[in-house]
Amino acid sequence: MKKELIQLQHISKSFDGNMVLDDLNLTIHENSFVTLLGPSGCGKTTTLRIIGGFERPDEGKVIFDGQDITSLAPNKRQLNTVFQKYALFTHMDVAENIAFGLKIKNKPSNYIKDKIKYALKLVNLEGFEHRMPDSLSGGQQQRVAIARAIVNEPKVLLLDEPLGALDLKLRQDMQYELIRLKNELGITFIYVTHDQEEALTMSDHIVVMNQGYIQQEGSPEQIYNEPENAFVADFIGDSNILHATMVRDELVNILGTDFVCVDKGFGENNPVDVVIRPEDIELVPRGKGTLPGVVTNVIFKGVHYEMDVEAGGYEWLVHSTRLNEVGSEIDISVDPFNIQVMNKPESEDEKALSVEDA
Amino acid sequence: MFTNRKTSFVMSSPYLAWALIFIIVPIGMVFYYGLTDTTGAFTFENIASIAQPEHSKALWLAIELALISTLICFLLAYPLALILARNKMSSDGILTTLIILPMWMNFLLRTLSWVTLLENRGVLNSILGALHLPQLYIINTPAAIVVGMVYDFLPFMILPLYNSLAKIDDAVINAAQDLGANKLQTLWHVILPLSLPGILSGVTMVFIPSLTTFAISTMMGGSKILLIGNVIEQEFTLTYNWHLGSGLSLVLMVFIVINMVVSMISDQGED
Repeated sequence: MKKELIQLQHISKSFDGNMVLDDLNLTIHENSFVTLLGPSGCGKTTTLRIIGGFERPDEGKVIFDGQDITSLAPNKRQLNTVFQKYALFTHMDVAENIAFGLKIKNKPSNYIKDKIKYALKLVNLEGFEHRMPDSLSGGQQQRVAIARAIVNEPKVLLLDEPLGALDLKLRQDMQYELIRLKNELGITFIYVTHDQEEALTMSDHIVVMNQGYIQQEGSPEQIYNEPENAFVADFIGDSNILHATMVRDELVNILGTDFVCVDKGFGENNPVDVVIRPEDIELVPRGKGTLPGVVTNVIFKGVHYEMDVEAGGYEWLVHSTRLNEVGSEIDISVDPFNIQVMNKPESEDEKALSVEDA
Repeated sequence: MFTNRKTSFVMSSPYLAWALIFIIVPIGMVFYYGLTDTTGAFTFENIASIAQPEHSKALWLAIELALISTLICFLLAYPLALILARNKMSSDGILTTLIILPMWMNFLLRTLSWVTLLENRGVLNSILGALHLPQLYIINTPAAIVVGMVYDFLPFMILPLYNSLAKIDDAVINAAQDLGANKLQTLWHVILPLSLPGILSGVTMVFIPSLTTFAISTMMGGSKILLIGNVIEQEFTLTYNWHLGSGLSLVLMVFIVINMVVSMISDQGED
């Protein structure tokens, strides 16, 4: 296990009586790419701003490298931030922007010069030293913002939805750039986004948040394949989330039909939630599968067809490369490994976080 | 909608006519009177008369007092505008209204009330006397004129400063702190340069009326201290020498144009 670098302990924060974070605990390990993922208002940006020092938590502690930095001013912290709207200094050119932090720290001018050159090379903006920020595209401005942060050699780089304002193609390119940067610099990245694809592509570790609570933490594979509750399942990718009954270990009744699964320990005849990813559903000829249904809608998506299938009184979302025309009478079949069984929310508190209210 | 040249000309013609009658023609008349003598012959004498000691003395005193009051206005207004803008207090509008409120009263009345306050047997000295403190004999001095200028023109400094400071994104200030700058360094390296357009328009809006005023200096200076504005006023209202008055106005205009050109150049240097 890597060294623990940042610990958030029992952090609570409210704005004007609105609880944004409630008793949040989070550990961030050295040299990892951690993404805080969630819908707007889930508290992810507030969490980042607390780490950066721009907000002070009402309760709880921020531990950085073993030291309590909860009330330390932002300019005294060994981390740097890339802001959502870049926040470049528009009265300075690119080189002056990048040099800002180093000049404040009174570094020698030769050192600053070398650093500017190095940083611009790292973000592929060589020769842009004397351009003004207003004359740059969004993607270029974002690169300057990254360069301006990393020349200070922070232990942690905080990124607040840095790709949010870019168009799709540029966003995808920048995702790869950020992964490359992280590997070259060997520092910790804490990344905030509401884009689940961004999170899955770049992160080592994803923290899914909703309404001030951490819903689930884990590797991208864990989050996608084994969502712990309906919110996570629904937020990460498309999915079919169904009310079901656990008949016994390895057998679950979905919409009146028994499906074989691999999950155990949910008791007998207990109500559960079941998530099945659309790409995990196979459409087989009538009589060969588990649940009979009819295709009601087909959309061609390029890589696959997106089909709606009416079966057992539920409209299933199915992704497949094989086309079944509208009106086809087929059976639904699911591999036992691809049925993810989850506990129903028990307390009122948890219920508030379920997908219906999200 | 108004892309058609003809339509846009028709739509703007009332304003063009207004500008012609009330701006262009009067300026033309000032130039005409300033560059002619009583017989109507062309002359530079009216302008050259600025070299006369009583005229040049009045001009330099006016420039000096205008610079001092502009500086004082700036030093008073900047912290206030900064607090208003950064704390987003203006959202309720109360403080902004408080700043603008004095402007609802006629400025002659406001200046006159300062005379009452600062008079040798005025309100201020009564209070100081009651407290057994030394008396303040400030009325009819250049200092009193500066007090009047600062009080009358302070809102014109605050508002442009507030506007330009409020436009600065919080994230930019956060970024400066994030990069290690303390509050003072953030103010000096980021906030001050980013608010330069507001500073320039505030300075212009205080300096020019201070430079040209004659009402404030008449009231606060007790007609004993002559600024260039008083000299010009007297040429028009006492000696009826419109030619000399216009000539001196042209000289004053040069200083105003210099001020505005400097502002514009500094502003463009920012881009």
